[in-house]
Amino acid sequence: MTAATASAPRARTRGAASRITGGLLHRLLPLVLLVAAWEAATRAADSAFFPPPSQIARRMRELWLSGPADHLYLSSEAGDSIAPSLGRMFLALVLSVVVGVVLGIALGRSQRVLAYLQPLLQFARVIPPPTLVPVFIVLFELGTQMQVASIIFSAIWPILLNTADGARSVDAVQMDTAQVFRLSALDRIRFVIVPSALPKIFAGLRLALSLSLILMVFSELLPGTSDGLGFMLTNAQSQSDLGTLWSVIVLLGILGYLFNSILLVVERRVLARHRGARKANS
Amino acid sequence: MAHEPTPPRGLPRPGVWARGAAGVAVLFLASELLGRAGIVDRSFLPPASSITARALELAGDTEFLFNVRVTLTAWALGLLIACAVAIPLGLLFGSVPAVNTAVRAIVEFLRPIPSVALIPLAALVLGSGLEMEVPLIVYASSWPILFNTVYGLDDVDPTAKETLRSFGFSRFQVLLRVSLPSAAPFIATGVRLAASIALILAVGTEILSGFGDGLGMFIAQAGNVPDGTTDVLAGTVWAGCLGLVIDTVLGRGEDRLFRWHKAQRSGAS
Repeated sequence: MTAATASAPRARTRGAASRITGGLLHRLLPLVLLVAAWEAATRAADSAFFPPPSQIARRMRELWLSGPADHLYLSSEAGDSIAPSLGRMFLALVLSVVVGVVLGIALGRSQRVLAYLQPLLQFARVIPPPTLVPVFIVLFELGTQMQVASIIFSAIWPILLNTADGARSVDAVQMDTAQVFRLSALDRIRFVIVPSALPKIFAGLRLALSLSLILMVFSELLPGTSDGLGFMLTNAQSQSDLGTLWSVIVLLGILGYLFNSILLVVERRVLARHRGARKANS
Repeated sequence: MAHEPTPPRGLPRPGVWARGAAGVAVLFLASELLGRAGIVDRSFLPPASSITARALELAGDTEFLFNVRVTLTAWALGLLIACAVAIPLGLLFGSVPAVNTAVRAIVEFLRPIPSVALIPLAALVLGSGLEMEVPLIVYASSWPILFNTVYGLDDVDPTAKETLRSFGFSRFQVLLRVSLPSAAPFIATGVRLAASIALILAVGTEILSGFGDGLGMFIAQAGNVPDGTTDVLAGTVWAGCLGLVIDTVLGRGEDRLFRWHKAQRSGAS
């Protein structure tokens, strides 16, 4: 940052390139060093519980990337374990977003309805989601239904409450203006309420994403499931297969990082567009 | 309804309370009727009155209270250690930019690992009970505290820092006198987020562990009994109450301690 302000304009392009490589080096080097140190430490310790990273990487390739080239090298194991997990998570996340945003806007725009539901919503939000999984097992029986329901129940609250909060705090002048221009209710939602609630919605979405990843794994760890990454974990645990155990954990970390990055990119684009539109309007 | 301009707090306080109570009563009645009507099997969805009765009964049950105490011990211990680890680390990362960029990549790869995925590994390495629960809670609840501390330090007024530094105060003294107080509200928000995550982990590990004590264990075991749904739901009600008490106490404490600070509450990651 200080380099950016100090550099002369004509040196900017070259400065930017070296800054990016310098920044990358600065960010990635510690990670590389950490992995190397971890490798050395685990080799020295030679503990069955802590396999070295190289071994974990080999096991990961063996597990998920040993398939034929026409399947993008994905093995059948990847289809059996990763696909059902992600499928359930995305189904649940999409449903939570749709229901949470729609209900959140309705609640945010109606003080009275919100007042009726507020205590219930607050209580539902503070129940630790894992406690509800046994309840859902009773209600839905084991399997996809129960898993999707428990993910939805954890992911929907941050989205719903944040959307309601955002929809409630729409600028009154904007609402009045929309009324003067006789915008229909739908247009008001589309052009006024949603844009101004979007930052809050995304903040809720980020919380919901990490919660849904947690609940996805949790609901699969329970006895009675037959597929998914969580099932792979329990299976590996019962066989004391630490290579697989570590591989799944690392994979879940990568997936979580990937989802979060994608969400951040989407957020930046969407918010930038809306901010631009609002600036042009004013 | 959308025709009204939006006043910040439209309804009077008693009105809000009355409506909230009405909402709870309606849900209670609806579930009572649904439970009694026999549309759904009563062992699946017991009427609300019997869940409430059972929950009240459990409040006097010494074994149940013991279970709650076990869960709360793990929760408190984990959260305390997380604070002791994450706040100093956050202060270090936040006040030394070079360390911050260096550690960021490592943190970005560690944080997304869903903490429950570590339960099977922790069970193998650490066994069961408190020895396994507490490290998992510490791992999971350190992140929000760490991030909010770093974020809070980022927000400190640079003029105040420069002023103190020009008076000859050392880096460490500036940190203690300006940065820490100014970051404190953010740290408190992080601790509140961490508290709910710690509760999720405490109950979650107990549900999965299969044996031992704790509120989660109580709920999981009740779920295995053919007629245990009432117990499961009563335990869930208590888990919610615990969450509510923790959230309210920490929220109120935050309001009281940092009344001068208008922190943006929601949306802190």
